[in-house]
Amino acid sequence: MSTVELSGVSHAYGRTQALRDVSLTVAPGEVVAVTGPSGCGKSTLLLLAAGVLRAQSGRVVLTGTDLAGADEAARARIRRRSVGIVLQFGQLVPDLPVLDNVALPLLLEGHAPREARAAAAGWLDRVGLDVPPTTLPSELSGGQAQLAAAARALVTGPLLVLADEPTASLDTATGRQLLDLLVTSTTAAGGSVVLVSHDNAVAARADREVRLRAGSVVHEVALS
Amino acid sequence: MTELHLALLAGAPRHGYDIKHEHDAWFPDSRPLAFGQVYATLARLQRDGLAQVVETRTDGGPERTVYALTEEGERRLRAWLAEPAAAAGSGADEIVRKTIAALHTGIDVRGFVSRQRASHLRRMRELQRNPPGAGAAEQLVREHVIAHLDADLRWLELATELLPSSGQQQPLRTATERNNP
Ligand SMILES: Nc1ncnc2c1ncn2[C@@H]1O[C@H](COP(=O)(O)OP(=O)(O)OP(=O)(O)O)[C@@H](O)[C@H]1O
Ligand SMILES: [Mg+2]
Repeated sequence: MSTVELSGVSHAYGRTQALRDVSLTVAPGEVVAVTGPSGCGKSTLLLLAAGVLRAQSGRVVLTGTDLAGADEAARARIRRRSVGIVLQFGQLVPDLPVLDNVALPLLLEGHAPREARAAAAGWLDRVGLDVPPTTLPSELSGGQAQLAAAARALVTGPLLVLADEPTASLDTATGRQLLDLLVTSTTAAGGSVVLVSHDNAVAARADREVRLRAGSVVHEVALS
Repeated sequence: MTELHLALLAGAPRHGYDIKHEHDAWFPDSRPLAFGQVYATLARLQRDGLAQVVETRTDGGPERTVYALTEEGERRLRAWLAEPAAAAGSGADEIVRKTIAALHTGIDVRGFVSRQRASHLRRMRELQRNPPGAGAAEQLVREHVIAHLDADLRWLELATELLPSSGQQQPLRTATERNNP
């Protein structure tokens, strides 16, 4: 079973056609890079794969569930259980301290707060974010927020990590370390990673590159 | 440089003087081609059956030998453009030569850029997966290679942005058309 499978997916925002008939299959353990110029539809593709956006045509099957037949609650449940998302601009919950932001996916799944916070602290340490646990997102730099978002995505041990420009706000060395962590911790457990990026060094982490231009796939090559 | 001369001949039959000027126009920031090198290369192409003399022009001035690509020459040119340039070291200049030659000749430019991109990314991936020795010097050498691969990749992206859409691309003329302009 594919971790996620998009077939013939199209999406428009009003009159802006963001994606046109795009297909993408990600196998268990596979790392796929989605690349292409600004505005070509990369983030839209990621949001469709995560079931955050509903495909207007075509089909998205996420960890075995056809999202067309799933209501918002069911999609949110699949996302919480199986998907870790790092959005392009960090997107932490503003009123929650960093530690609780990272623990949130576990808390929502019903884990005991103590346990959830301990796991969150472990991931904050692994991504290399060294701030007091009570720090609020507004007190973080852009790069630190990105590290916290990555820790939050990894805390549940997801089957699928979807990362949108996960290293854009980080310096080269920190960016490489974070990528290593995203890829190795996920694939070691048989999970898959989709990396959206402009950065060639990020694309070069992948087993396969899918390149978009103006909403369509223009090149798809195996790198491994 | 042999194949680049074939690309310079692909548009139309030319004499040595034309080839030099065409080359210098394709690569305005490079060292101009020396006449001696052009004539030596043309003689070699002719000897190897990749180009042939089609005419001797005088145009009132000195006598000039006009060369055209043979079918074998065109095959060789296409084979050259079907292969991405080596992804490291002295590869950089070859990438520019191949991309510019593909653009001018119209031989499968998108395919070329796509293959070259994949080849560079594969090399980058390989390097990223095999850390260099622990020494600072080894790391610096490695970083230099990675930075150059990245620069080439960015430059290739620029090339795709400037590409005409596939429908507008001019096919290469056949040997017969070329030799009877
Ligand atoms: N919420 C939205 N409302 C309206 N249009 C949108 C919205 N989100 C994206 N778009 C449009 O859809 C197209 C694709 O956007 P998308 O964000 O997927 O691109 P991208 O490849 O992620 O770009 P970038 O590299 O800049 O992040 C663009 O033309 C964009 O303007
Ligand atoms: Mg985006």
